[in-house]
Amino acid sequence: MSEFFAMGGYALYVWGSYGVTVLLLATEIFLLTRRSREAKT
Amino acid sequence: MRWFWYASPQTFFPLAGRIAPWCGLAAAILAAAGLYVGFFVAPTDAQQGEAYRIIFIHVPAAWMSMFLYVVMAFWAALGLAFNTRLSGMMASAIAPTGALFTFIALWTGSLWGKPTWGTWWVWDARLTSELILLFLYFGFMALHAAIEDPRRADRACAVLALVGVVNIPIIYYSVQWWNTLHQGASVSLTRAPAMAKTMLTGMLLMALAFWLYSIAVAMVRVRCIMREREAVAE
Repeated sequence: MSEFFAMGGYALYVWGSYGVTVLLLATEIFLLTRRSREAKT
Repeated sequence: MRWFWYASPQTFFPLAGRIAPWCGLAAAILAAAGLYVGFFVAPTDAQQGEAYRIIFIHVPAAWMSMFLYVVMAFWAALGLAFNTRLSGMMASAIAPTGALFTFIALWTGSLWGKPTWGTWWVWDARLTSELILLFLYFGFMALHAAIEDPRRADRACAVLALVGVVNIPIIYYSVQWWNTLHQGASVSLTRAPAMAKTMLTGMLLMALAFWLYSIAVAMVRVRCIMREREAVAE
């Protein structure tokens, strides 16, 4: 398991990429959900 | 097909509402499959080690960044030609997601470049033109926000989008036209892909997931825009 997360020494680069991507997509979904709610009222 | 039937926000509004959840669901399933293949099925790269796994998001995000711009410019052109209200709304609905994928492509490319090239950034043709694409998206959104009347903003932004589309072939062919640090395409329609089959599968699954995600998000956003601009109902 810890070997998987170590990514052969490239953990910072691999998880830095995937982490930021997930974070940005989640932010877009969050902001859009809020905008939808506000637009409905 | 009565294309102009759907050019009215009132008729497109419920359709967009039906499309969005299915695309969102399909995107989630495809992303799960793509990540599984990308992390557990695809082998470690002989030269790049595990760092290459970044390409499973880098390449699909880069494709989307260019593709979404072309779709945005297509809607912009339709708006200018036929003066349909939906066109401008669609272009505005796509822009933020396009900018997002452009940023992701640049960010992940930088994180891939450091261990593989030894640098976060170089001013080569591919990287620079992709950065210009990000600024074009920002320019589109800023211009739209700066003009009060949304219909005028749509027209001004349509011109900007159409002028900016010249950048897309520059990005795409930059690796052939100039001597770039960025490598050439590993995947093309005309020849066999220069990578293991499982790697390609993972990448294509992620590309499909990003595709469907973009459709879902654009549909939800266009519904917001319709609600904000005029009275629409299911």
